[in-house]
Amino acid sequence: MAMPDAISFLLNGELRRIERPAPERTVLDHLRLVERRTGTKEGCAEGDCGACTVVLGERSGDAVSYRAVNSCILFTTELDGKLLLTVEGLRDADGGLHPAQRALVEHHGSQCGYCTPGFVMTLFALHHAPEMTDEDSIHQALSGNLCRCTGYRPILAAARSVAGVGDDRFARMARELLGRLDGLRRAPGMATVIDGEYGRYDAPESLAALDRLLTAHPGAHLLAGGTDLGLLVTKQHRALGHVISLNRIPELSRIEASADALIVGAAANYTDILPRLENDWPSFAALIRRLGSWQIRNLGTMGGNVANASPIGDSPPALLALGAEAIIRSAGGERVLPLERFFLAYRRTALDAGEYLRALRIPRPAAGDFFRTYKVSKRFEQDISAVCGAFFLRFDDAGRVTLARIAYGGMAATPKRAVGAEAALAGRRFDAAAVDAAIAALADDFTPIDDFRASATYRRHVAGNLLRRALMERTAPETPTGVLAL
Amino acid sequence: MNDMPKGGVRQALRHDSAVKHVTGEAQYIDDMPELPGTLHAWLATSTKAHARILRMDLSAALALPGVAAIVTARDIPGRNDIAPILKGEPVLADGVVEHVGHPFAAVAAETMETARRAASLIEVEYEELPPILSIEQAIAEQAFVSRVLTMQRGDWREGLRQARHRRTGQLEIGGQDHFYLESQVALAIPQEDGDMLVHSSTQHPTEVQHGVATLLGLANNAVTVECRRMGGGFGGKESQATIIAGIAALLARRSSRPVKLRLVRDDDMIVTGKRHDFLIRYEVGFDDEGRIEAIDMELAARCGNVADLSPAVLTRALCHMDNCYFLPAVRARGLPCRTNTVSNTAFRGFGGPQGMLAIEAVIGTIAHALGRPADQVRAANYYGGAGRDVTPYGQRIRDNLIPRITREIAAQADYERRRREIDAFNATSPVIRKGLALFPLKFGISFNLPTLNQAGALVHVYTDGSVHLNHGGTEMGQGLFTKVAQVVAEVFRIDIDHIKVSAASTAKVPNTSATAASSGSDLNGMAAMQAAQTIKNRMISFAAEHFGVLPEQVEFAANRIIVGNRTLAFGELAHLAWANRISLSATGFYRTPEIHFDLERMQGEPFYYFTYGACVAEAAIDTLTGESRILRADILQDCGSSLNPAIDMGQIEGGFVQGMGWLTCEELVWDATGALRTHAPSTYKIPVSRDLPPVFNVRILEDAPNRAATVFRSKGIGEPPLMLAIATWLAIRDAVASVGGHRHAPPLDAPATPERILMAVEALRKGAG
Repeated sequence: MAMPDAISFLLNGELRRIERPAPERTVLDHLRLVERRTGTKEGCAEGDCGACTVVLGERSGDAVSYRAVNSCILFTTELDGKLLLTVEGLRDADGGLHPAQRALVEHHGSQCGYCTPGFVMTLFALHHAPEMTDEDSIHQALSGNLCRCTGYRPILAAARSVAGVGDDRFARMARELLGRLDGLRRAPGMATVIDGEYGRYDAPESLAALDRLLTAHPGAHLLAGGTDLGLLVTKQHRALGHVISLNRIPELSRIEASADALIVGAAANYTDILPRLENDWPSFAALIRRLGSWQIRNLGTMGGNVANASPIGDSPPALLALGAEAIIRSAGGERVLPLERFFLAYRRTALDAGEYLRALRIPRPAAGDFFRTYKVSKRFEQDISAVCGAFFLRFDDAGRVTLARIAYGGMAATPKRAVGAEAALAGRRFDAAAVDAAIAALADDFTPIDDFRASATYRRHVAGNLLRRALMERTAPETPTGVLAL
Repeated sequence: MNDMPKGGVRQALRHDSAVKHVTGEAQYIDDMPELPGTLHAWLATSTKAHARILRMDLSAALALPGVAAIVTARDIPGRNDIAPILKGEPVLADGVVEHVGHPFAAVAAETMETARRAASLIEVEYEELPPILSIEQAIAEQAFVSRVLTMQRGDWREGLRQARHRRTGQLEIGGQDHFYLESQVALAIPQEDGDMLVHSSTQHPTEVQHGVATLLGLANNAVTVECRRMGGGFGGKESQATIIAGIAALLARRSSRPVKLRLVRDDDMIVTGKRHDFLIRYEVGFDDEGRIEAIDMELAARCGNVADLSPAVLTRALCHMDNCYFLPAVRARGLPCRTNTVSNTAFRGFGGPQGMLAIEAVIGTIAHALGRPADQVRAANYYGGAGRDVTPYGQRIRDNLIPRITREIAAQADYERRRREIDAFNATSPVIRKGLALFPLKFGISFNLPTLNQAGALVHVYTDGSVHLNHGGTEMGQGLFTKVAQVVAEVFRIDIDHIKVSAASTAKVPNTSATAASSGSDLNGMAAMQAAQTIKNRMISFAAEHFGVLPEQVEFAANRIIVGNRTLAFGELAHLAWANRISLSATGFYRTPEIHFDLERMQGEPFYYFTYGACVAEAAIDTLTGESRILRADILQDCGSSLNPAIDMGQIEGGFVQGMGWLTCEELVWDATGALRTHAPSTYKIPVSRDLPPVFNVRILEDAPNRAATVFRSKGIGEPPLMLAIATWLAIRDAVASVGGHRHAPPLDAPATPERILMAVEALRKGAG
């Protein structure tokens, strides 16, 4: 079997081929150090400031989809077969500015200019996002771009003027671009294997191939969105050694709805997952829209959020409360584990050597089920929770709680169910007295810690108060709770 | 023919680099093409807050392939001192490290990654010494980086004794990281004769020049420092840029190769200083109306391990603890606390914000003590009227805009009606509470130290009529280059496109002051105007003589000169003047008139004028979580006669949001070992677009030319708007106070994070219950 050891992509339309790329070489470093295209900036090297934002184009049906991503934590290997657009590539042949560029100039949207290329690229992606023209969507789109000079007002004005317009020269040359992207496609079976002096990289194309690889190399790093793995490289300066990309296995990116559950492939990213959550769990969707930034959601995966078992991941509390299960796979077959048995200790999971998370199974709600999840952080957008709470309640006809699943992040070494609080609610009406009892029980459920995000006292206090918020939203839905909706 | 040249003063021109910004063509130092052999540097920094270095072993680091040079304090050819005000502040720790992140060595290598690895291979043996990690501890140990400052007027002791009401209070005010998007960077390139050329991202090329010369043991004329643009400064690249440039130059000298030092974000936040956090304590005496009769205030600032600019920051804090209020008898003491944390430095407002927030806390204390609205207490204390127009430092206020601005902002924001609506809302809302505040500000413009209020410029007119402009100011995004070019366009009456502004360079305009203190366009605009006027006068004299008319008959119209009944293009006259051997190059120089200040006595008239502004902010808080949001802000800001309303608007909006970050979501957290735990955007949260108030009405005060004879009667605007955000903190505090029925002062410090808000709410609930 042929095993190519190079990747190919289009850089602003020009064909590029990288022979034996180091698995941990970031796109940003490649652009700045190898290509010497210095328009794209490094502001933080952790995907939090957006100065490095570039756009990835790929085929989506009969169109090219454009997504803003952070080049500082994206590895060059993941460019394979894609169109990479940078700030240098947007002008017309005659030098005319792209609408996103023109809008920023006309609205006085740049001062020092260092964040500007990142904003330009986000606005370019927004230009090509027809569904994102309302004010809330525009804030979501800008959530991953920091500007320290303008105060955002002129940038928002520019963003509003281009959102969803989608009539630029890239739209006009979509057919040509699709053709060129198709030309980069590998023949089936051409799994990428790069074994160079800097390490090894595999991009298998089937679950079976992945099973075999993991059996042989159980210590390899699995790469899906890479929004966490990238930090090992840029912040901890770790050599990854061996990376196995999950991004060329169609099954892993699939999101399937059955009558009773949503099955989310472990490598499906948040942007693709979001529309599938809106109907059944609007509160979960609202939380995911505050997870990371637009750029992070375009790459980051719920599977990764679960598998890295951080105590402060945003999706695990909701998944725990919803009764989600982990579908675990290895060469030996599959097993299904309730999520509360998946998280063993701080960043330790029930995955054995050679096993991987294949998908998450999220049961769909029954009529009358009540579900809320809330996140509390210093900033609404792109921040990590001080406390994240999730509350699932099922009632009998008399209004008594027949099933309570309550889970928190930020309160323990793992995302964790509040079994005492759940027991305090079971069999009772969901009222102030029951909530007081549940809050009292939380004191035994959790022993949170002080850190730079919040004190233990605050965490304890807020954990209880989030349950009070859930009660208000259940019993007095007209009363405003939360300042974000104001 | 339109007789307005394109780009004179008052026009809302876009930033001169706007197109380059959006296309990625604007070059920052890290983007400059590298010369062959360029090395990349990394710092080795202390992991201890305070320790003696017993042993340092460089051998493993030097042995790493690709390492070209390592420098420590011992390898400095000149003097290891980069102090901007005092003396004895080493760029590399010499024997003792004084904060976590204190650089003690630096490596230059073929790649940044190799330099980083080498730095991590430097072995250090520490003997730990007891650290001072808090302001309280520094006060207890009387550990100060410079002398305690005292500003006094009247018999404050007697005033306090006789006042009908007395209250004491305390306020903690958090610091702030600059978070300029471009982290600190310098590129040092050795020249012949041992000279050094340094490209530095700095607001103060002259100070970098002096620092590099001192470190290398060179005369100032052997060091040239250049800066075309910074990716943001905000004060962080004033004195602190010398650390980066100085170390790059030391490595370049040692390796005889170009060396670039760019701090990665975490190192930038750990190694360089920030806005000072303050601990404020006060005792205030007042009458039944809330009128302040006497006040004694202590403003203690965390300065870090050395003085840096801290004495000047404290001076400005003392000169702004009055804000808009007349204080008949006052003692204000500024304590420059020495701590084993990074040395804090200039940051937009330069102590002014902390001083103003302090007096606003006092106003709140008085209001709660008397059960009167804070607005009434403010009004009772505003400057104005006979005998109530002199600041505690002895400056008479001649340009008082407080009555006008407060009146206009109240109308613009519909303040009274909304006050009633919010009170009604709070009466029935169980979880969400709202707050409203009207905050006026007065900010003194000029460096406190009179010497610094000078600037130079250099203007050339070429024979085709194109103009080269250079001045001592630096461009950090604030649009200074655009504004100064507009001034020159106005003088010559030519389109701004004919004017090219070149990088700030110590070789073109020497002995400059920092681009700071909101004075960039005041100083450099005037200097450039003078230079242009000198050339223009020569052209007029020449034209009059050449064409045999009176000088009054030579008129500079838009892009042309009318000489008697002839009309020449600007370039034609320039060429003709050259052909007749008239100099078309001139320097300009400006010194701010009238100002004086006695730093010892803290008395004088240090400010040429005051800039005024006001903001009404509305906040909502969630009393279950402490989350808050600013729902609306109305701003009215004095810019004098704005040189460029678009750029001034950008300064107002941007400054306000930056101030909002300081007072709400931006929190610096140090752990018990003295290590900063919030050193990247993942943990340190500056505002994003969502945080902008959904209703945001910003206006520039109209028909308000500066009373002082500034450049085209404009006013400095860089810093004042940041302090408008104090309104947001006051609005949040007002919302918190509603929980206790406005009967108790909420124990709310800054920044008002969700945690602080919730804890203040809980304290009021307990106190009220």
